[in-house]
This record gives sequence, C-alpha cells and structure tokens, in this order.
Amino acid sequence: MKLKTKTYLSVLAAFAVTGAQASSSLSFTSWGGSYQEAQEKTAVKPFGIANKVDIKTDAYNGGIAQVRAQVQTKNVTWDIVDMQLSDVIRACDEGLLEKINPDIDLAKDKSGKPAKSDYLPGAINNCMAGNISWSTILVFNKDKFKGSQPKTVADFFDLKKFPGKRALRKSPEGALEWALIADGVPPAQVYKTLSTQAGVERAFKKLDTVKSSIVWWEAGAQPPQLLADGEVTMASAYNARIYTAIMNDKKPFEFLWDGQLKNIEGYVIVKGSKNVAAAKAFIKEATKPQALADLATSTAYGPLRKSAVSLVDPKVGKYLPTAPEHQKGSLDVDPLFWADNADALNQKFAVWLGRK
Amino acid sequence: MNFPAYTNLWGKLAKYLHVIYSLLILVFLIIPIIVIIPLSFNSEPYFTYPMPGLSLKWYEAFFTSPVWISSLKNTLLVGVISTLIATVLGIMASLGLMHPRLQRLAWLKGVLMSPMIVPLIITAVGVYFAFSPIGLSNSLLGLILAHSALGVPFVIVTVTATLAGFNETLTRAGRILGASPLQCFFQVKLPLIAPGVISGALFAFATSFDEIVVAIFLTSADQRTVPRQMWSGIREQLSPTILAVATILIVMSTIMLITLELLRRRTERIRSGSL
Amino acid sequence: MTNSTYTETLTSAEAKVLKRNLRKSERFGLYKALLLILPLFVFLMFTFILPIGSLLFKSVTDDVIPTEWPALTQSLAAWDPAKKQLPDSQTYSNLVVDLQKSIEDDGNSRVATRLNFQQSGMRSLIMKTMRHLDGMDLKDAKQSLIDADERWGQIGTWTIIKFSSQRLTFDYFLNAFDYTRDEFGNVVHNAPADSLYQDVFIRTIVVSLTVAVLCVLIAYPVASFLAALPSKFSNPLMILVLLPFWTSFLVRTTSWIVMLQTNGPINQFLLELGLILKPLELIYNRFSVLVSMTHILLPYSILSLYSVMKGISPVYVKAARSLGAGPIKAFFNAYFPQTLPGVVAAGILSFILAIGYYITPALVGGADDQLASYYIANHVNTTLNWGLASALSVLLLGGVMVLYIVFVRMTGGKGMKLG
Repeated sequence: MKLKTKTYLSVLAAFAVTGAQASSSLSFTSWGGSYQEAQEKTAVKPFGIANKVDIKTDAYNGGIAQVRAQVQTKNVTWDIVDMQLSDVIRACDEGLLEKINPDIDLAKDKSGKPAKSDYLPGAINNCMAGNISWSTILVFNKDKFKGSQPKTVADFFDLKKFPGKRALRKSPEGALEWALIADGVPPAQVYKTLSTQAGVERAFKKLDTVKSSIVWWEAGAQPPQLLADGEVTMASAYNARIYTAIMNDKKPFEFLWDGQLKNIEGYVIVKGSKNVAAAKAFIKEATKPQALADLATSTAYGPLRKSAVSLVDPKVGKYLPTAPEHQKGSLDVDPLFWADNADALNQKFAVWLGRK
Repeated sequence: MNFPAYTNLWGKLAKYLHVIYSLLILVFLIIPIIVIIPLSFNSEPYFTYPMPGLSLKWYEAFFTSPVWISSLKNTLLVGVISTLIATVLGIMASLGLMHPRLQRLAWLKGVLMSPMIVPLIITAVGVYFAFSPIGLSNSLLGLILAHSALGVPFVIVTVTATLAGFNETLTRAGRILGASPLQCFFQVKLPLIAPGVISGALFAFATSFDEIVVAIFLTSADQRTVPRQMWSGIREQLSPTILAVATILIVMSTIMLITLELLRRRTERIRSGSL
Repeated sequence: MTNSTYTETLTSAEAKVLKRNLRKSERFGLYKALLLILPLFVFLMFTFILPIGSLLFKSVTDDVIPTEWPALTQSLAAWDPAKKQLPDSQTYSNLVVDLQKSIEDDGNSRVATRLNFQQSGMRSLIMKTMRHLDGMDLKDAKQSLIDADERWGQIGTWTIIKFSSQRLTFDYFLNAFDYTRDEFGNVVHNAPADSLYQDVFIRTIVVSLTVAVLCVLIAYPVASFLAALPSKFSNPLMILVLLPFWTSFLVRTTSWIVMLQTNGPINQFLLELGLILKPLELIYNRFSVLVSMTHILLPYSILSLYSVMKGISPVYVKAARSLGAGPIKAFFNAYFPQTLPGVVAAGILSFILAIGYYITPALVGGADDQLASYYIANHVNTTLNWGLASALSVLLLGGVMVLYIVFVRMTGGKGMKLG
C-alpha cells in the first residue's frame, strides 16, 4: 500500500510539474482539423521559431464555457484563442478577454494605413483582431442533379424539383435564416423579420415543409461525408470543408452561393493570461496582410483585411466567401441578434425538433 | 432431448421452439460484436460484405496516430491509477462494513454504493461544476478522482461477497500464532479473498476504461481518452480506424472475461474444498 | 432489599472487568470498522457527494443579481408585481446606481446573460441602458430610464428582474416543468411552442420503459433455457451473454451504427435477398435507439433472471404436472411466481440504467429521440444555463433514487450481484 501511495504521489507531482511548464509557454487554441493545421503552418510555427517561443496547441469546439471556467477559477491555461464573433461579443461583455487596441497592437498595412481602416467593417473590436470570414453555405452533389441544378435557397426547400434528403446543422442559426429567404424575405430583412413572433413562426412553418427529409448534423466533418455517401443530395456546410472536398478529394460538389451566411472569426487573448505581451506580439504577426492571405490561400476562408485580398492565390480567390461575385444574396450573420435570441430560439428549435 | 412421459406433441414443439428462440437471441447478442471485427480488416473504407481485400492499414493508422496513441496512454494511466485507488479504499471499507453493527446501517452502504446508481450525466455535471473552480477540470487528475469514485462500488460488491464466505477463525488462528493484525491481513485474509479483490478491480478498471460521459466534461484535447476519441470520431466520420479500435477493445474485454472466469472457478474450488 | 440476585452476578469483580473489557473490545471493533470506512467516505465526500450536492445547491440558488446589483435586489424584494404598478422611483435610481457600480468588473454583462435566459432581449436592454448612463440624473432616474428604453416602463421587465434576483429560487424548477411567470409574477404554463421538458421526461420514461419491458420479455425464455441446462452446456453458452456484457458499450453502439447504416450490412443483405427495393431507414430514429439500447442492456436482464432461476428446483413444476396441471397452468402457478423477484429486479435494473442514457441515443437516435441527459449536457455546454441544467439533473436523480429504493426493497436489500 505504501508503494501505491508513492506512485500516486509521484503522479501528482508529475502533474504539478507539467502544470508549471505550461504557464511558461504560449498556448494557441483553435478549432482543430485542417483549419488549425493551416494556422499552425502559416502563423504558429513561424512565430515560434522566429521568437524561440514554445507554442502549445489545443483544440476546442467553440463556445465560451471553457474560457469562462478558466477565468473564473483563475486557472488560465489558454493564451490565444481563435473565436467566432458571436462568442467574442459575449466573452468580451463578460470581461473574459484582454483588451486589444488596434492602433498599438495591430500592424499597419504596406501603405502605412492603420489597421482600423484596413479591416472590413465589424471585423475588429476592442477584444478581437479578426482573421478570416467563413461562411455556412448550401451545397449540392452535382451527380444527383444531371438536369437542372439548384440555384437559389428556395431550390433547397423544393423537394419536388430537386428530390433527395437534405443535411442541415442541428441549430436554429442558419436554418431559420434560410427558411425565411426561401419564403421570399429579402436577406436585408431577415433579422428584422426574425425579431417578431410572426417571423419566427413563418420560418418554422417553412422548415416544416422539408422537416421529414432533413438529416441533422453536428460536426463540421459530417456534411461532406453525408454528401459523398449519398445519404443526402444537398447540405449546409462550412465552406472550407467543401472546398477541401472539391480540391483535394475531387468530389462532385457545387456551392450554392445564394444565401451564404458569412461569419467573422478572430484572435482573442484570455483575461489573466500570463503571457499577454507574447500573445499580442503573436496576434500582430498573425494578422499581417500577408499572413492572412497565406491562411486564406490554404483554407479558402476570406481574409478580413482589404489589403490581403490581392495577395491570395488567384486559384483560390473565386472560392472565398468574400469574393465580390458571391455577395449578391449573401447575408452577414448578426451576432447581436443571436446573442439576444439564442436562448429563446434554441428552446423553440428543440421543441420543434421533438415534435413529429 | 429427453422428455418426461407426460409431454405431448405440442409440448415437444414448444420445447424445440424455446431452444431455437433462445439460441437466436444468443446469436443476436453476439452478432454485432462479430460483424465489425472482419470489417476492421477491410482494404476499402466501406462497411459492406463481401470485402474486396484484407488489409492491416486501419490498425497501422491507429498505432501510428499520435492522437490515438496519446489517448490510449491516457486511458491506461487513468484506468490503472483509478483502479488502484478504488481497490485500496474499497477493500478497507469492505473490511469495515463486515462489522455486524454497521451491516444494519443501510444508508451507509447506500452512500458508498451511490456512484453506481446515479446516472453518469449527473455525476459528470456535478463533478464538472465542483472540480472546475479548484483547477481539476481539463486535468487527468480530475478524471482519475472521478473514475475512482465510479469504480469503488464494484470493489465493495465483490469484496464484501467474498468476505462473507471468509472464515474468521483463520484470522484468529493467525493472531494466536503470533502474527500482527497487518501480517494476518496480508498473509491470511488477502490471499483468500484475492479472487474477489481481483474481479472487483477488473470491474473498476473496465468502468474507467469504458467511461465517456465524465471524460467529455472533464477533458480537453490534451487529456483525450480512447472512448472520448471514439465518440468524436463516430460523430464526425465513422472511419474503419474506429472499427480497428473497437476490435482491440473487444480483444481486451475477452481477456478480462477469461480472467474473471478463471477466478470464479478458483473461488468455487476454494469454497467447496478444504476451507 | 431485593438485591440478592443482583449482588450474585455483580459482586464478582472479575465479571465486572470482563464485561467492561468485552464492551471495550466491542467498541474498539466498531471504531476500527469505522476507521476503515472513513478514508473511502471522505474520498467519496470530496469526489462524489459534494459535487452532487453542489448540483442540488445550484438548482435552487442564484446569486448573480444579488451580488452584482445589491441595492436594486433589496428594493425589488419589497415590490409586488401583483399590484400591477411600476416600482417606486427609489428602485429606478437604485438600478442606475447598481449599473454604474458594476461597469468596472463587467458585472452588468453577467446580469444581462442571466436575465436573457428568462426573456430574449433582456441582454441588449441592459447593454443599451449602460450606454445611456452617462450624465443620468439620479433624481430623475425613472424618466431617464424610460426615455432610454420604453421597456423600463413595463411591469413585466421588472417582474423578470425581481424573480431572477432571489437568492433562493424555485424558478429553475418551474422552467424544468415548462412553467414560467407572467407579467405580474403569476406562475403560468409555457406556450406550446416553448414547452419542451414535460415531453422530454415523458419520452425518457417511455423509451426506458419500452427498453426495460423488451429486455425482460426477451431475456426471460433465454434465462430459463440456460438455467435448465446442465452447466456442461450452459457455461459455453453463457459466454455469449458475458462477452457482450464485458464489451465496451461504445463498441456495441458503434457496431449498431455500422449494421444499421443505409449502406450497411443489414440493408445490403435485405437488398440482395430481394426483400426490399431500396435501403430501409434503420438508423437515426426510435427503432435504432430501442434496438441498440435493448441489446446493450439485455445481458443485465439475462444475468439477473438466470441467477434467480438457477435457484428454483424443477421439482415444483414436475409435481404440478404430475398432479394433473397442464403445461401453461404449471408454468403460471408453479414456476412463474418463483421467478417474480428476478423479473422485477431485471426490469427495474434495466429501467434505472436506461433512464440515464445519453451517449447511445445521441449517436444512433434522431432529433426527437434524445433523452433527458442530452438536454442536461446541452444546457451545461452550449446554452450555459447551469441553473436549469441543475434543476433537470435533480429531477432525473430524484426519479432514479425512488426507483433504486424500490429495487432494494424488492430484492431484499441485496442490491446487485456481479460476476
């Protein structure tokens, strides 16, 4: 028994040691998968080598629960986190993030213009330095529609003209917007309509028409898989996942740019991080136009700095959510709307899902 | 089959149906486990028969993936340490529980057994709320502590069961012959209740090895365990590598089952034998 | 004096000492036993009992608003929305004071998040009001606040804040039963489009009950078959029960996903036999949930029925038959009653285990097959409404505890047997 206690204690000690080491190095947390691999290749490793910093990486699935737990327990193990704007707004409001001053903390563009004016509107705030714009987008399998191909969001809801199952993310976000667009609401009016009781009912009514044909997905890797397996003919997906499937795996997928829902993603620093200075230095490097362009080239996510657009590989350019030709019919996801309404709409959505 | 004299034709038919039904259900129980083993050797990433060819590449994918290997290490580490804690604490408590006055206290045993009864999600959420503020979430230590608690009831059930069949006069004999209480325990009692201890420890280990709900709440990327990794793998994309992992787990459970069976026989021998 | 017998037993000093020593050693034995249990007790206290207690605590307490907005909390405690009048001007100025004080440490945002659980838009109302704080006159707080947003002139807004600022609250339990409060603080049932949890609990019970009944019905004949066989035959067959029992449930769930897939072995088999023309939808619905959960829990039922049946002597049935009872009558009168404790034990055990299931329905079920556990996990991880998650957990835990007590009573306090 003494021996066992000893092993136990030595294990405890081992944990204490690794814990101590972790706080002396920079940590970088993102979404895992090919996106994080691209970030590590274009930003994390170069910065680590140039500055002789040991950068530890971690992956998460979004949300602010983990950041909140770390800040509240004063046990901050993450420094830099790649967060989506709606989470940033909540985390920033709750005081979970360090402040970032674009004038000091971010690099100017080549012509010397300050970062603030180089960024797309809404892509920076006092907690976040934006990096890319991604979109949730409708896609289809070309092989399944040899004749006429779907062109609009309304076609996604048209089971007669374009038969087959659909895959949608198991979340009111996206589903409700598309339902309204398909029902004839212009994109600019979507959130105004959704703010009313009648608008929400209208959206659910539209969703009712396809409910029995929907396969709900939860992880980003599922939709390309569902399309490839023939389980569904059309799906909502993250644009880069489909881009990879088209470019690397040569899948017969096609984007339906109509109704693409654009989101903003950015870097934040967790409040109470022991490495704020190093984290800021990293963010300054990683949001330079060239760095953003490199990330865009390898992921097909749109860079959020205007001066980065021309630096992106032209072969990728036409796949970027921010490309000018894809803006007609596109919609910026309104993080403030979702911050206010997510609780209630999640509940309504769950009730709706549970009903036959 | 031999039938009693009073059995008529219908009775015989019913008997045969009973046998066939039971065998079919036993096949139903085992078939899902059998079906995925060959598929893990499929050379193509499909889940249908016949298979175009055989290959070990999914096993190679498992053993060469740093993510899977580190989760295997984490699982084993958590499993072994939590089993040790659960076994030591469980044996001690079982010895105490044999006291006649404590045996009447139903609530005490109820408390000690409660980790087995409470739904895992509730344990997981409770532990997550309680461990986060003291820095035990996102750490293997937190998972080890929680898994130890989950393993304890199994040790208590098996050890108290073997202790019930233990003849106390042997300890007294040991004491009279001059052994200290500790000596008595380690040299007389422990060897005799060893089968119960080992099977309890096996149950505790299997519980930790299989546990996923607490792991979902208490671990992040650095502390992934095999079930946790399987869970995200299944949700994202069911690849044949998962079937390879599943096959490895089936082999492990078979080994545990055989060990347990051997122990059971040994206990039976001891019970019916000289002691 | 009547102490003749009394003195006889106690005059002997040795007897007295002996008795004392005996009692002492008995007491010593008890202390030793307690001491042996103590480490585990303390360990479980820390790793299990207290965490679950904290859950209980979280479901009925709420200190965000009392902590961040103490002055307002106090003045709202005295205000009664049922009188259908807005709070007094002191309450309004207390709100302004609290809002100003809590800007520094982002306390207002925590309040905003908390209030938004109760009603959409509360979050932006607080944020918007914060931007209007500059230069707000405390004397004129009421009018300035209403000017900033008309919702400050509505009783309902204040009702929400009042009931969210109770330190001790049962409102999370109201929510967990699909009840809420109206504008004047009366408890009312949610609109149908917002009523979720009654259905969830009913669904959880229906699914668990179906699984438990299926398990017992399927297991009964198998267990009686195995129990009647001589161990030479039953032992090898028992492996077919024990191997699934020992196999990770995640592995078994995985194999059901593989088997039931649209292009999985079962569909392929049926297609090749020509029994169906296009693949059946076997997965992501109630059917797949019931099949996989029954498969996972069946070994428990077989094992607990088997252990009871093994102890029943075949003599009774033989006697009944030879006394002239038909096979059906013999079964129901002589055999079945003796197996009843096993049936009850197997049924309750499967039900208790099924009711807490999360992983299997999440992996093989559709959107309308998720059980209570799923919603608890969702509130902890995604919506962050921990109070509601705790209340749902407490309800689930209460149900299981009641069942477990029934189970212990029925099985004569022996509880579960393993191996």
